[in-house]
Amino acid sequence: MGKSSTLNMGAGAFVLLGFAALAFLTTQTTVHGPHLGRPGSVYDVTAKFDNIGDLKVGAPVSMAGVEVGRVVRISLDPKQYKAVVLMQLDSKFDQIPSDSDASIYTQGLLGGKFIGLTAGASDTYLKNHDQIDFTQSAIVLENLIGQLVANFTNKGSDSSGSSGAAPSTSPSSKPEKPK
Amino acid sequence: MIGELRRSLVDALEGLGDISLFLLRLIADTPRALLRFGLIGRQIFNCGALSLVIIMLSGLFVGMVLGLQGFQLLQRFGSEEALGTAAAIGLLRELSPVITGLLFAGRAGTALASEIGLMRATDQLSAMEMMAVDPIRHVVVPRFLGGVIAMPLLSVIFSVIGLYGAQLVGVQLMGVDSGSFWSQMQASVELRDINQGLVKSAIFGVACSLIAVYQGYYAEPTAEGVGLATTRTVVTSAVVVLFLDYLLTSAFL
Repeated sequence: MGKSSTLNMGAGAFVLLGFAALAFLTTQTTVHGPHLGRPGSVYDVTAKFDNIGDLKVGAPVSMAGVEVGRVVRISLDPKQYKAVVLMQLDSKFDQIPSDSDASIYTQGLLGGKFIGLTAGASDTYLKNHDQIDFTQSAIVLENLIGQLVANFTNKGSDSSGSSGAAPSTSPSSKPEKPK
Repeated sequence: MIGELRRSLVDALEGLGDISLFLLRLIADTPRALLRFGLIGRQIFNCGALSLVIIMLSGLFVGMVLGLQGFQLLQRFGSEEALGTAAAIGLLRELSPVITGLLFAGRAGTALASEIGLMRATDQLSAMEMMAVDPIRHVVVPRFLGGVIAMPLLSVIFSVIGLYGAQLVGVQLMGVDSGSFWSQMQASVELRDINQGLVKSAIFGVACSLIAVYQGYYAEPTAEGVGLATTRTVVTSAVVVLFLDYLLTSAFL
């Protein structure tokens, strides 16, 4: 009996250790929003974006760098072809002006996307099921690089042509390159 | 030549069918075996607690290597802070279920197979049958269940130790910022990743335990036969774990 009780204790300790490790993983290696789930402590706000880049469900919503909520659902508006982002904001932060604007930013150079809110000047505050009207889409790196390249090529052909030309001249009005 | 090929094909099919039927038998006997939890507890101790040392040591070193390699690679892109993410995702999704599975087959699977095989060889199983005690219910099922329960727990422990191994090398030795190591990890690891590792390790646990008890139960009742059963357990388990890992990964993506 003595041996079997030490055995059982060993097995129990092992199982306990296993579950402790699981608890560590689920709480320490990942964040689930402190405000997800409990209704009453959060309120829903939606925003429509032209392009959300790779914004994901669970991405933080922050204001002045402080996390105030999380993205809980992303869907597509089938009429306007816009992305509808549903956010849950902590009701601690219930004094966000209703004309605040929401922009999608990138964490670091290659990090994930998050939503940044910038306070407006209105006296009314965002309430449950409100919509944020002023939004700014994610900056898509490819588009940015495309614009940059276009800029460079414009400038390049400008300088190769008449060096004093105004930068605003469109490429079609420039002198043809010698062939 | 063709005849031989056909025979080995038929043999393989037979083995697969045999082991599937054996699994069904084990599952059918599981509810009644669960009533005698003491037997299962003892097997959890045998498979789990006794494998802890090797699992923890391996986890530490795997994590440390991950930290070192990940650091070298990420440094090129100037994003050493992503080391935590890289280590966590790699460990949770792939490394800890697979390596735990392989180690489990080597440490616990062989013990199961040789124990049951030796019981067969020394006629203990036949003696039980003569006493109208079902050896499957009393010997095989508790061992099988013990392995199935122990394996996911071992894998989770492996992950945690591995993370600390990666942290040890990345943060303590290489000087990655501790705060960003953890916070980047927390930002990008999702519960889904943990679930994926758990599901994988549970399935590997079923596969490895099943192979071990099957090989042991049907071992030739000779010294040679028991040895062969042990070898087969390791070889089959390793291949099956890696094969299943591919299937499960593609299913999860």
